[in-house]
Amino acid sequence: MAERKVELEVLRYNPETDSEPHFQRYSVSCPEEWVVLDALNHVKETLDPTLSYRWSCHMAVCGSCGMMIDNEPKLACKTFLRDYPGVIRVEPLRHFPIQRDLVTVPDDFIAKLARVKPYLIPKEPRPLEAGEYRQTPAELKRYKQFTLCINCMLCYAACPEYGLIPDYIGPAALSLAHRYNQDSRDGGRGERQEEVASKAGVWECSFVGACSEVCPEHVDPAAAIQQAKIQSTVDWYKEHLMPWLKK
Amino acid sequence: MARSNKPIVWGPFAAGGTLTAFLTPVLIVLTLLAGLGLTPELLGYDRLHAFMGHWLIKLVAIGVVFVSLWSAAHRLRITCYDLGVRADAFVATVLYAVALIGTLAAAVFLAGV
Amino acid sequence: MAEEMSGKPYLRPISSEWIFRHPRYLRYMVREFSCLFIGGYTLLLVAGLKSLSDGRAAYEAFLECLRSPASIVFQVLALAFAAYHSITWFNLTPKAMPLQLGEDFLPDAAIAGAHFAAWAVLSLAVLYFAGAF
Repeated sequence: MAERKVELEVLRYNPETDSEPHFQRYSVSCPEEWVVLDALNHVKETLDPTLSYRWSCHMAVCGSCGMMIDNEPKLACKTFLRDYPGVIRVEPLRHFPIQRDLVTVPDDFIAKLARVKPYLIPKEPRPLEAGEYRQTPAELKRYKQFTLCINCMLCYAACPEYGLIPDYIGPAALSLAHRYNQDSRDGGRGERQEEVASKAGVWECSFVGACSEVCPEHVDPAAAIQQAKIQSTVDWYKEHLMPWLKK
Repeated sequence: MARSNKPIVWGPFAAGGTLTAFLTPVLIVLTLLAGLGLTPELLGYDRLHAFMGHWLIKLVAIGVVFVSLWSAAHRLRITCYDLGVRADAFVATVLYAVALIGTLAAAVFLAGV
Repeated sequence: MAEEMSGKPYLRPISSEWIFRHPRYLRYMVREFSCLFIGGYTLLLVAGLKSLSDGRAAYEAFLECLRSPASIVFQVLALAFAAYHSITWFNLTPKAMPLQLGEDFLPDAAIAGAHFAAWAVLSLAVLYFAGAF
């Protein structure tokens, strides 16, 4: 098991004592096959127990360990040291306030996620006696891709529009709304449109596409948002040019 | 939050983006050829005058000018915001006005052909 | 959540440096800047329409302007940017308009490819109709 000396340049911030974040350099010996999260854990265990960061599953399903690694939003558990020969710069996820060290305040995302109503809203009330919903493989495939979101917020860190426009609802929340809109069991699209088609919704997206590029689960939020834009545009023209059409 | 009226602006942008993607490069090739002295037949005065004199061609040309200018204006508006210009309402008004004036001008000129 | 902790969260300020943070943002900006050339070229065409409506002499003068070095340089740049717009637009079209046939979605390459093919056919048709060759 070959070892390598890894240099980490980590952004530190103690809200109780610091007025600004600052970088701190750590030097640890790591097995070559480790990921950045392993290196951080090693630093915390052997060098600096005060280093704070979120992590849980260590297998890219929980979405906890998102951070900027060499200026790119990545999951620390999925970022291999062997791909970074030089000093590795580790910072908290961009566009979110820093709580402490690598821990961000995700409240804005959580609030926006709740606003888009990311749950099934049945078309009509369905009693238990009616049995289960039936869905064909085709109906499942229609929204399956967008179910893969692990709420890691890498897309928010990558999206320049979210950085520039704090009100923007953002990629993950919008593509989760789309996930439910595309689900054949759901009838809540009209309700969700109040947020999705608002000026803080899909219209702030300029199709940079960075969100889809950094998404570790290949959800492709950019695609979801463009599809929502087209649907919303068709809705708008139908509503305004053909008002006799029943909604 | 209320649904936005952005589709008024985005619809023509999407149409213009698609149209310019298909058409603008070949149009540039035509005028570039003219600039290099290899003027295509259609760009000769008599043929072009006859071609652009047809009412349907005029209508199509106005449409092409409108969506081309509009989609450029919309994109430039967004780019200004991306570059840190915060006065979005002002920028939008100016740019969309240029697009509309350009379209109006094209219509007026075509009327005289 | 944040309010219960002592000390203030720190929000890093945004500057235009985001454009240089990764090549994809630079490519996005190049794509967006194509609008200057496409818009500018369309205004050039509108000027051409004016010269056409002003009569033969004005139109010939317009053609003369097209022959100037500045015009050639602008048009070459415009062609490059317009082509970049076309390429990026067609590659993104399958994302915005996916096609589900039966159970599976048509591959992105098929949808984009069809657009590129149509682009080529249309361009050749226009060139032929205009007597360029």
